[in-house]
Amino acid sequence: MSPKKTPKVELTLPIIPDMELAATQTAEVIAKHMGLSEEKSAEIGMALIEATINAFEHSESDSGNVEIHFVIQDDSLVIKVTDKGKGFDPTKVKIPKIEEKLGSDHKRGWGLQLVQELMDTVEFESSPEGTTVTMTKKK
Amino acid sequence: MVDFSLSVREEGNVVIIETTGYLNNVGGEKVSEACYEKMGGGKKYFLLNLENSKVVNSIGVSILIEIIEKLQDVDGKLGYYNLAPIVEKTFNIMGLTKYSTVYYSEAEGLDGMT
Repeated sequence: MSPKKTPKVELTLPIIPDMELAATQTAEVIAKHMGLSEEKSAEIGMALIEATINAFEHSESDSGNVEIHFVIQDDSLVIKVTDKGKGFDPTKVKIPKIEEKLGSDHKRGWGLQLVQELMDTVEFESSPEGTTVTMTKKK
Repeated sequence: MVDFSLSVREEGNVVIIETTGYLNNVGGEKVSEACYEKMGGGKKYFLLNLENSKVVNSIGVSILIEIIEKLQDVDGKLGYYNLAPIVEKTFNIMGLTKYSTVYYSEAEGLDGMT
């Protein structure tokens, strides 16, 4: 008997405003297929919005696209968001605090914090050739 | 571009803004414009009904932080009601609930504002 294949869904999103919603709609369908709770499905959707916007805004990618791969495992959903941009050092990203944002000109910069709070695990692989954010949500 | 719209009404001295659609940068700017216009007329208590904005992003929510900052200058208040659970969770993670209030109905919000 051949081993069971791991189902995968792949999306290529052009860097166009609001296109992150296409990723969340796909995630919603996958979450439903996996039998995830509405709460977990919503958390995945929100994390995906933030990871995709970060890739759109900060990668300065020449390809004009962001790749999103969903891997459906028995006990979890793994999502990889990949851009071919300039990369970044995740250790240099400051954890935002609202106390510091109030009174500051820079109110943004919450994306990674939200992704880390909403998903079970988050890993970054980044180089000058691009960045992949791998996020996992357990069933 | 995803559609976003809002309506504005007043209940006593509280301004109620009801939004429909994705609260992103565009939606956030529309909310802030509506608030600042009313603040220009002396209003300082604002309630956002987010029943029809079940999807937000951190850029849109960052604009709410800007509104909170401006309301602090005039001793004003910002509150919300009818939040989707993920929107409330996002507000908690970002710390908005330290400086503004989540209510569970318009009536509760109106009581809490004054």
